[in-house]
Amino acid sequence: MPKLVVKNLRKVFGTFEAVKDVSFQVEEKETLCLLGPSGCGKTTTLRIIAGLEVPTSGEVFLDGILVNDVLPQKRQIGLVFQDYAIFPHLSVFENIAYGLRVRKVPEAQIRKKVHDTAALIDVENILDMSGKKLGLSEMQRVAIGRSIVLDPKLLLLDEPLSNIDAKARERMRAELGKLQKEIGIATVYVTHDQLEAMTLADRIAVMRDGLIEQMGTTSEIYDNPRTLFVANFIGSPSMNLMDCEPVYSEGRVVLKSGDFSLDITEFAETVKSKSKGKELVLGIRPEDVSLDVDKTDPKAMEAEVQLVEPIGAKSIYHLKIGGPAILSKDRAMPEVNVGSKVWATFNKDKLHIFDKKIEEAIF
Amino acid sequence: MVALRLVNISKKAGKRQILKNVSLEISDGELFVITGPPGAGKTTILKIIAGLIAPDEGEVYIGDQIVNTVPPGDRDVGMVFEVPPIYPNRTGFQNIAFPLEIKKANDEEIKERVEAVAKLLQITHLLERKPTTYSGGELQRVALARVLVRKPRILLLDEPLKNLDAKIRERTRVELKRLQREFGITMVFSTHDQIEATAVGDRIAVINEGIIEQIGAPEEVYNSPRTVFAARFIGSPTMNLTECALKQMGDRWVLDASDFNVDVTAHVRAIEREAMTSELLLGVRPEDITLLNSPENSRCFEGQVELIQNFGDERVVTVRVAKTSLNGLVGKDRIFTYGQRVYVKFREEKVHAFYRKTGIAIV
Repeated sequence: MPKLVVKNLRKVFGTFEAVKDVSFQVEEKETLCLLGPSGCGKTTTLRIIAGLEVPTSGEVFLDGILVNDVLPQKRQIGLVFQDYAIFPHLSVFENIAYGLRVRKVPEAQIRKKVHDTAALIDVENILDMSGKKLGLSEMQRVAIGRSIVLDPKLLLLDEPLSNIDAKARERMRAELGKLQKEIGIATVYVTHDQLEAMTLADRIAVMRDGLIEQMGTTSEIYDNPRTLFVANFIGSPSMNLMDCEPVYSEGRVVLKSGDFSLDITEFAETVKSKSKGKELVLGIRPEDVSLDVDKTDPKAMEAEVQLVEPIGAKSIYHLKIGGPAILSKDRAMPEVNVGSKVWATFNKDKLHIFDKKIEEAIF
Repeated sequence: MVALRLVNISKKAGKRQILKNVSLEISDGELFVITGPPGAGKTTILKIIAGLIAPDEGEVYIGDQIVNTVPPGDRDVGMVFEVPPIYPNRTGFQNIAFPLEIKKANDEEIKERVEAVAKLLQITHLLERKPTTYSGGELQRVALARVLVRKPRILLLDEPLKNLDAKIRERTRVELKRLQREFGITMVFSTHDQIEATAVGDRIAVINEGIIEQIGAPEEVYNSPRTVFAARFIGSPTMNLTECALKQMGDRWVLDASDFNVDVTAHVRAIEREAMTSELLLGVRPEDITLLNSPENSRCFEGQVELIQNFGDERVVTVRVAKTSLNGLVGKDRIFTYGQRVYVKFREEKVHAFYRKTGIAIV
């Protein structure tokens, strides 16, 4: 039985429909991430699950039981907020024990539960430390500890890493990932950061304008985006997307975009049968455009380098191939500079073609 | 020609030393990036260049002139702040024209220059609108236009992209770099985001606690970090760092990290004698670790997969070798499972070593 079932959720604020029709399930031990730009309805959805908002219509089931009318504090849901909300004047022990004390749990039981939780989140050595002395990663662990000590059925995390600088965020993300695996509680995680979603979630629901646009495992979402929006939103740098038109001649099919053309004869049947209009969008991820200084592949296209962004072992190359600007993410090549002529090869197994009008993937 | 030179700049705030002996030299037309964690002293350097803060010690040269006593308005330096002070009740045009009005330029010249800079920044459509209707990215560009319209010799940008969404940030950073090239303007840019720093900078300065750790081209700092701090700060995922000692084993020299070791016989002649008796840190970038399903030779170390982070185009796989966790970077087509047994192999020629006490790299 799924831990959480959300069915046809809808929420209207005045004239604004924040959540239009959202349904999903979260299995035992699974982490589902609600991902989308600000205003997509992800936080409202989370707040409805927590019981902090009442849905206009729709149902929320926990362990198969309808909880729409259950008060937030009775739902057995652990909430971790953006700023962690650690009590600065209380020790780590008391921070973790807080919820148990409110529930008037006997002292001996509190001690045992806090110590068990502390072992799990690795704060046994700092139980006496005061809340205001904690570093970021300790705060994160204590905030999660404070939720899981109450044995919640479900954990809700609302953008827990969004106020942290880039370098620390990288570390905290990994720590959170490890912690999740160890705790093994079903989790709904809300974020606008696609990298966070990719690295922390088992499955992602990409939201837009109050609806789930696509739901799937991280690899499914990344490798097979079903809409232009998802293709563009997931991945950094973004997928190359070029407006183009299919040109049929002498049994071959070529996608044309200005002076740029790509032979896609092998996909002709699919394109023909599935596309509704003549206007298509060709998509390819930057890492699937490989570069060489010499022409080693007969199908390689000549490209001019317009900008190079070194990012460590790899670089992002901004290329001009005929008309459109195309990004390639490939190994750092010291000999390639602005103005260099290089040869670009598209990995044809990784092409995406979208119908421009309906904004959906043909394949 | 040298556009800007800082010589032994120090600055204290109360008892806290904000900058210690900061020296750097920036050429005309260069895009120079100052990067470091929050509180490292980045903004203070920019403000000292602009003349908004006076250094306790050291000299500021613009061109070949000392400007320590020159007021900010006469330095020919423009500064764009993290939160740009835009007048909400003036239109885009009036905001951009403001510095020219102060200089009492005539209407015709003002119109011409505002329109030229607006066209370049692609904000012509914003000229008649008021800032309350702008998005974050648009506001940032109007602020930039207002500084650029003065044609300053040096442009200072303090975390210009910090408050933008991830996707817009990526795009704006490219725009800024293109713009800098087109204008040929000398630009000093601060950011806490090391990826942004290496992506845009011709050269970068890594700063920590008021001290410059290293200055160099992005590739140089990435490939040959001179300190542990620079090694750890630049690059994502972060370099693996483990305590080790240099030891002789038969006719081989190894960096011994107890749980594993790396053969450095080929480089040992270049290693300083002092290294033999010192505590060291072994540094390996994640892309210089290969994960194998079976051991290739005796130089591979057995470990267990502890965490998998899916970045889309790549995966970061954390492997536990005895008591040490190591991050390896693998392509998107390689599948790993939690708890899986793998063998770690190092690209030994790419390994870094640092003195543990001083943090200085061993040549």
